[in-house]
Amino acid sequence: MHADTEIKFRDSAAKALLDPQLRANFRRAMDGLIFKRKAQFPNPRDLEDLRDLSTAIRSRSLLNLPALLEQFETQATKNGIQVHWAETCDQANELILGILRSKGAKTLVKGKSMVSEEMHLNAFLEEHGIEALESDLGEYIIQLDGETPSHIIMPAIHKNKNQIARQFSQKIKDAKYTEDVDELTAMARKVLRQKFLDADAGLSGVNFAVAETGTLCLVENEGNGRMSTHVPPIHIAVMGLEKVVATLEDVAPLYAILTRSATGQAVSTYFNLITAPRGAGEKDGPQEMHLVILDNGRSRIYADPQLQATLRCIRCGACMNHCPVYTRVGGHAYEAVYPGPIGKILTPQTEGVGVRHDLIHGSSLCGACGEVCPVKIPIPEILVRLRREATHEDVGSQVNGKGTGRTATEDWAWRLWALANKRPALYRVITWFATRFGNALPAGAPLIKDWTRTRTKPVPARRSLSERVRAKGVPHV
Amino acid sequence: MSDARTAILGRLRASGQTGPLPDLDTAVLERKQWPATERAALLRKGMEAVHTEFLEATPADWPAVVRACCDREGFKNLLFGPTSEAGSALAAAWAPGGTHLMPYDRPVEAFKDELFTGVDAGFTGTVGGIAETGGLLLMPGPAEPRLMSLVPPIHIALLRSSTIQDTFWSAVKHLGWGRALPPNALLISGPSKTADIEQTLAYGVHGPKRLIVVLVDDLY
Repeated sequence: MHADTEIKFRDSAAKALLDPQLRANFRRAMDGLIFKRKAQFPNPRDLEDLRDLSTAIRSRSLLNLPALLEQFETQATKNGIQVHWAETCDQANELILGILRSKGAKTLVKGKSMVSEEMHLNAFLEEHGIEALESDLGEYIIQLDGETPSHIIMPAIHKNKNQIARQFSQKIKDAKYTEDVDELTAMARKVLRQKFLDADAGLSGVNFAVAETGTLCLVENEGNGRMSTHVPPIHIAVMGLEKVVATLEDVAPLYAILTRSATGQAVSTYFNLITAPRGAGEKDGPQEMHLVILDNGRSRIYADPQLQATLRCIRCGACMNHCPVYTRVGGHAYEAVYPGPIGKILTPQTEGVGVRHDLIHGSSLCGACGEVCPVKIPIPEILVRLRREATHEDVGSQVNGKGTGRTATEDWAWRLWALANKRPALYRVITWFATRFGNALPAGAPLIKDWTRTRTKPVPARRSLSERVRAKGVPHV
Repeated sequence: MSDARTAILGRLRASGQTGPLPDLDTAVLERKQWPATERAALLRKGMEAVHTEFLEATPADWPAVVRACCDREGFKNLLFGPTSEAGSALAAAWAPGGTHLMPYDRPVEAFKDELFTGVDAGFTGTVGGIAETGGLLLMPGPAEPRLMSLVPPIHIALLRSSTIQDTFWSAVKHLGWGRALPPNALLISGPSKTADIEQTLAYGVHGPKRLIVVLVDDLY
């Protein structure tokens, strides 16, 4: 049944492979990121110790998740943050719309947030007459063209500066054509500063939420996160429910490994710890703060001890930077909010393994993602597990859409295979035909064509192994 | 939406994920230690790599160093917090004429446009620094509002070398931030920057275009 609904990663990947500009843009960017990350970890022992510590911190947080979420909520509420819960993206969107409407807000300026991408918040708000403007430079660039991020950290990585220069000159008022990166940046600064000043509300994501203090942590380089959260009178934050950790001390190593893994920086320009809205005697900061905690399938992933590791993710993007598939096809080919290896295990779990069967097979299982993951998510193992569960209805499995990835062709092929292997006579007939006439099958024959699309057709041996052994006089074969 | 809350927490609890909590071995963080006398140089190296500028000063002459910088740069004004420790010391030493010392003494709503377009630089204190990676720790509040280090195109920060910690982790412990955090606290390692266009670094994208650290050597 999935064959009709499946989004074909294979087709979009094939299309992307034919775009030399896209491939050059990604190759250059990913090579740079791989090199810079490596330079941040000169001592392999430090790297492994930090990965172990970060993995332990995230695992502990998940084991304690319900209690930590409650502790966080109590503390944040005490600090003056209004905490909301949403089971689905629709609920989260409605919540945010409700907050904005109750304040008569017409414009929202946004810091970077992948959860808001997950919610398709911008489109939702535009439909309801509220302007949602991205302020992260990369997000701003893609929003101008109505695109989605092609990388979770560097959303406009698929574009080069000539493309951006052309776009700015066409879409920004009074902008001249320039390929100078400083001048392009200055143009965006001018437009967005006015937007920060005028916005009725600001929205941000959350990198870590600290249960002990009720604090929201934001990692960024540009300052747009600080602008979005501190200039407008209302700050709304959105986060997935897995983001909470116990203490601020827990945050320190996660922050250290996040920036190094993501962009090869020892530290980001800003690390913002927001604990409360404008307090007594304060002269600035938002007067009102809201936090929306989103589930959207996460509690289901949580229920399985192995798959739960998916939720350890700190969204650094190192898995995509090191992925041979991602580097060649880019982020858009995945047709998912989260591209690359982490997206390949997350998206099928939230949208259904049958619906996104294409993604779990879009991997060579080379293992690079698992090797660089700062919190040691066993991405290749989870991919293999999801491949199985997509076609099996295992008892006790919590996997969303388990068994729905089965196709009639595959079923039929495996049944035939099983039958042939159970009946020696039939097996001998099949191998006899395959060795004598297998070569006569055209490369475009059904089943074979999936293989020969990108490979040469295999040539069967003239005699099967058992025939040759028998010819040598070995008995009982 | 308390229904959603109940349902979500119910599902998380129902899955019964428990088990022994893994131990946290923080040796990798504890290994990062430097003598107090070496920390300033390390911090400086990290921050200069991302275009932070440094001015050296002593506990006695730092207000004069800030003043000389303003005169040299030709700032028409410098935003400061009149009731903060650093701010009041600066004001006490500020001679009339030249750069106008502009107090941030009203709610931002009263002068938001002026703050965005009419201020040349902002001056703040810090509560510490990070040697390992480079970085300043700030605790904005009533005396030093949050936007002072963000909106003006140039940020001048006063850092005493005795307050520099080894790592962010040790600073968090030293400052007791884990127990009680102020409404806003932050780490700043340089001027605002982006690499969103072709991985090319560009400074001054949304926040300050320049960060000038006045480093006060107060280790005897």
